[in-house]
Amino acid sequence: MSIEKPLPVIDHDSAPYWEAAREGRLDIPLCGDCGKHHFYPRAICPHCHSDNLKFDTVSGRGEVHTFTIARRPAGPAFADDVPYVVALIELEEGPRMMSRVQTDDPEAVKIGAKVEVTFVKATDEVTFPYFKMI
Amino acid sequence: MKNARDPVIVGLADAPIEDGKFVTKASVLGHAALVAKAAVEEAGLTLDDVDGLLTAGMWGVPGPGQLATVTLGEYLGIMPTYVDGTNIGGSAFEAHVAHAAMALREGYCEVALIVYSSDQKSLRSRNLGGRPSVLSMQHETPYGMPTPVGGYAMAAQRHMHEYGSTSENLAEIAVATRKWAQLNPAATRRDPLTIDDVLSSTMISEPLHLLDCCLVTDGAGAIVMTTAERAKDLKTKPIAVKGYGEAHTHWAVAEMPDLARLLPAQKAGETAMKMAGVTHSDIDVVEVYDSFTITVLLTLEALGFCKIGEGGDFVSGQRTAPGGAFPMNTNGGGLSALHPGMYGMFLLIEASRQLRGDCGDRQVTGAETALVHGTGGTLSSGATVILQKD
Repeated sequence: MSIEKPLPVIDHDSAPYWEAAREGRLDIPLCGDCGKHHFYPRAICPHCHSDNLKFDTVSGRGEVHTFTIARRPAGPAFADDVPYVVALIELEEGPRMMSRVQTDDPEAVKIGAKVEVTFVKATDEVTFPYFKMI
Repeated sequence: MKNARDPVIVGLADAPIEDGKFVTKASVLGHAALVAKAAVEEAGLTLDDVDGLLTAGMWGVPGPGQLATVTLGEYLGIMPTYVDGTNIGGSAFEAHVAHAAMALREGYCEVALIVYSSDQKSLRSRNLGGRPSVLSMQHETPYGMPTPVGGYAMAAQRHMHEYGSTSENLAEIAVATRKWAQLNPAATRRDPLTIDDVLSSTMISEPLHLLDCCLVTDGAGAIVMTTAERAKDLKTKPIAVKGYGEAHTHWAVAEMPDLARLLPAQKAGETAMKMAGVTHSDIDVVEVYDSFTITVLLTLEALGFCKIGEGGDFVSGQRTAPGGAFPMNTNGGGLSALHPGMYGMFLLIEASRQLRGDCGDRQVTGAETALVHGTGGTLSSGATVILQKD
């Protein structure tokens, strides 16, 4: 019997982000005052503290800022995935987000590798933005 | 210039452990109480003298541990009038020393007790998985981020990429620390260790191996602080708290501003050294949090003992080992002595014992000034304390 993987507990800050992911878009907050994107979604801009924010569909392209190959799972729910690559992706628009690099060859993942978002459905409610090397 | 209300450390105690587990049969609060009692009695005080209580822990959450000082005060049967339950991870106790120092100077308390206890090894409770992915963790946990090692691995990967540090550099730290543990009868792991042993140990989260990771043990410790004036009548030789600083940047690893630099340590270290009026060459012994080998490398750079990016060279050639030029983590650290979840308490105890001259085979000759730096969370928080023989 497989153990259920942890799912995000979606809140008012993050609901539009997760809803967009379900629809195959990467939407992250853009500040109407300082013009910077941020991630994870917040009620105020972490750069200039403005609350003049809207969700913006971004390119979904970026690069691997850093990563680890998990040789031991983060708990039994991830046991079948080992080895897997958890990576910090720096989006073209600037913000960084934690995700997975989907690959059959974990050793091929390098810092600086160009990646593109790919959406992986987990449940009817939750679709995860993973990344693939391009 | 000395002042009657200058803060000093006058009592220390830690609980005996064997194979990483408590020897005495008591609850987690029972062990807290036993070390608290031992530390005040060492100073010639009693628990009834304690009017300042500071603690942090991961026990009893959710539940009584959410109000940690309240629950511990109740267990001890005291009514403290200055309390601090600051929890910024394993560095909390360095922050507690800072906060107690300020409270003592201001006359908010006369005798401050700082306590930590964890029975995580006996309870096998260390696995941090299975917590609901709420708030910022909804963007991290579901991707299978190994906790806590994954964030440290990502920092190590980035440091290697930017500065060319190597797994061998990290292994030097584990090996040097083990040599100190071999001089400490209370240390958990005392068997010989080589760089090859570290490099050939199981890969956990690349690039960190099993032997780059700290131990998982039980542990309890307590520190008693008072004023220089009050210390005159007490039984121990006081250790002066000369400077302190603290800072934090993030909880989620993705939010760490610079994966290859430890900004909280940089800020806290600068603040503490400036307050103490000391420079790097004044420091005789260094106790820094070694949750993972990479933590040490990043900390030494951020504190300014070497330039950013040069930590690998700095620790090479067993520089931090017994007999080396840079005595560090002299009890055997979290890597080899003990690591009961939040280790910062034991950095302070070891530094104070070195300054008292109580360290036997591992005593650093002529140790007069010590730097202690705790790191908490996932490279999230840092707190520095400068201690001096009075």
